[in-house]
Amino acid sequence: MNGSSGTGRSWRRLPHRRPRLRGWGGVAAMAGACAVALTATVLPLLPCDAASQGAQPSQGPGLARAQQVSVDDSCAHPEASLRPSSASGDAVRRIQQRGYLAVGVDQNSYLWGYRDPETGQIVGFDIDLVKAIAKDVLGGDAKIVYRTIPTDQRITALQQHSVDMVVRTMSITCARIKQVAFSTAYFEVGQQLLVPKTGTSVTGFNDSLNAKPVCAASGSTAEALLESQSHGAQLLRVPNQLDCLVRLQLGQVDAVLTDNALAAGQAAQDPAVHLIGQPLTQETYGVAMNLGDTDLVRRVNKVLDDYRAGGANSPWMQSYNKWLAHNLPGVTGPPAPVYKD
Amino acid sequence: MTHTPTSGSTVSGPAWLPGPRRAAWAESVDRLRDAATTEPGRLRIIGAVLALLVLVFGAVTAWQISARSTAARDVATRSEPLSADAAEIYRSLADANTTAAGGFLVSGQEPAAVLRRYQNDVHTAAQLIANAAANSQGSADTQNQVTLLNEQLPVYTGLVETARANNRQGLPLGGAYLRYANDQMNGTLLPTAKKLYQVETGRLHDDYAAAESLPWAAWGLGVIALAGLVWAQRRTYLRTNRVFNPGMLAGTAAAGLALVWLVVGHTWARVDLGDSWDHGGKSLQVLNQARIGSLQARGNENLTLVARGAGAAYEDAYEKGMTTLDGPRGQKGAGGLLSEALSLADDSGGRTPVQQAVDGVAEWRSRHAVANGDDTNGDYDSALAYVIGGKDSSGKEITQTTGQSFDAVDKGLQQAVDHETGEFQQTAGDARDALTGLPEGAAVLAVLAAAGAVLGIGRRLSEYR
Repeated sequence: MNGSSGTGRSWRRLPHRRPRLRGWGGVAAMAGACAVALTATVLPLLPCDAASQGAQPSQGPGLARAQQVSVDDSCAHPEASLRPSSASGDAVRRIQQRGYLAVGVDQNSYLWGYRDPETGQIVGFDIDLVKAIAKDVLGGDAKIVYRTIPTDQRITALQQHSVDMVVRTMSITCARIKQVAFSTAYFEVGQQLLVPKTGTSVTGFNDSLNAKPVCAASGSTAEALLESQSHGAQLLRVPNQLDCLVRLQLGQVDAVLTDNALAAGQAAQDPAVHLIGQPLTQETYGVAMNLGDTDLVRRVNKVLDDYRAGGANSPWMQSYNKWLAHNLPGVTGPPAPVYKD
Repeated sequence: MTHTPTSGSTVSGPAWLPGPRRAAWAESVDRLRDAATTEPGRLRIIGAVLALLVLVFGAVTAWQISARSTAARDVATRSEPLSADAAEIYRSLADANTTAAGGFLVSGQEPAAVLRRYQNDVHTAAQLIANAAANSQGSADTQNQVTLLNEQLPVYTGLVETARANNRQGLPLGGAYLRYANDQMNGTLLPTAKKLYQVETGRLHDDYAAAESLPWAAWGLGVIALAGLVWAQRRTYLRTNRVFNPGMLAGTAAAGLALVWLVVGHTWARVDLGDSWDHGGKSLQVLNQARIGSLQARGNENLTLVARGAGAAYEDAYEKGMTTLDGPRGQKGAGGLLSEALSLADDSGGRTPVQQAVDGVAEWRSRHAVANGDDTNGDYDSALAYVIGGKDSSGKEITQTTGQSFDAVDKGLQQAVDHETGEFQQTAGDARDALTGLPEGAAVLAVLAAAGAVLGIGRRLSEYR
């Protein structure tokens, strides 16, 4: 409604939070740093890594060089997308004729896509990316319709065309690429456990979880992981990963499983919880679109190319520094794009 | 406890010994049989039986009517107020939840008015829950619901406070707490409050049934006693040719008066009770449901915006609530519960506020259509402005909001509830008054009638001396 006052408020908000996060910072920031470092370096060497051959997961300014991989049924590279192009096809024209971009986002993922209670606006790292895409497709003062959707409705919303794209901390997985199309990867994460700092007997993603209630968002990769390797944990499904933090604070669950990027957002809201162990998976976030909207996928990949370009001053890095650097430190640049064509 | 055979045979009573007890009652039967063969003896028996009949009639009347009088008093002073309280508990809880959800929609700090309304709602609910506990009078069903409400209300308010604290720090965790609190409200508190309302309303119906049930035993005994008195006088007339026996006549008059009082008084009370239900109780039930329906529609309207794009289920629930309240969309005039309330309102004092609510709902629905259209077309800011006020996406201050319409509806319904409660109390009080003095009066009249019968018979007896 009022852009200037909104910016003013969010400018005040960050310095205000900084001291608290520093206090919290010790353990959790290190855990976050370890997580990212591990994701970037150790995990590619592990056998579970799907992308170790073709993709170059280590990140850094100027290192975001494109890779091409061969695509076969084994799904070695789910994050491989279509080559970028700014040509307008059916999907792009549909959006331009309608006059606004309908995007599926979240209002609960702190620092990624969340409703700032002070301004009532949805903001975050994902939202910056949405604005860049909208600006490219629709021009300067693009109109964006945010539809906040539960985790397990993301694919349905795309298939029913109730949104043009989902920019909502959505991991690119082998199962999902059969249902929706993804852009190139724009962030690397891994599943990790979040537990209270004191008074817990959970030591990691192991048998210490036996017979303990563990929370995960319904339709998330964390839910899939717990279903395949439960370690005896009782899975509590909730609509949104932030609902897990409520259950954890109320003592209804002993641990939360989500990816370290979202967990960092949870830990930033509650200094009494922290991430433990190492990331259990290597995943990347992508912008999800309808499988048929290939021209839109290429258009978004082109936007992402521009978004990644510029080294330390790239829009990607600026957004990272604004939203994530405090709670998810140690990332030096975006992941390199991987293409399948 | 074992007995030797000899002592056992002594206890059971050997046949060759005369049984002393048998002799006692046999003797009195013989004496009665002897008495019945002589006229004075017969008169004594008739007198005793008549006196007994009339006294039993009086006692049964007093007992049955005081039970009905108690039930009639309970309708007015206990079960209806408790049923209304239970409805108010539900309304306060739903209003608190709706207010909390509405407060969440406001950017920045919640306005003081919102906070005050929430606090008033919680305060009212807590007070009425304590009141329901004090008046549960051993009803296990009521106690169970009250205990659950007592346990859950602090849990709910705790969650809302946590939501607020997080909101103030600019954390989206506040929204997650509010969703959880909303789940608790809709999953536990409101269903429990609804059950309490059903239990209390069940007790109201029980009291109505107890007060209105016909006192057949008293009626039957009254008719028998009167018939006995008439028969005894006819017998005297046939045997002595004396037309009037003053004592018996007075007794008959007293018994007859008691019977007429019984029939007229109780029928009167039944008519008043029927009126209190038709002109007050029934309206109150419909109005309470309408208030709850409008609250739920408002709550769902708010939640549609809280869910922000994922609120299709809430929008459906809003439309369903509105249809229950006011009939399907686009129809002419009032429908649903409001048209029922209009037809039940039997004077202008009852109709005017309901009509205000009907107008408010029509306005609400047309404003909601604008807000919902904006929301569907992605103009969230305008939709929000039409629902809670503020500036729309073009910067224009929206002053005619659905929130104002809702408040107008709620105010109209509140006034209608107050009016119908007054009518109810009036007629239910009349019903109680119709029975006033009847138990005591019937007892006194029965004693008089018995005395009259005994004196009348005694006069005849004296002629044999």
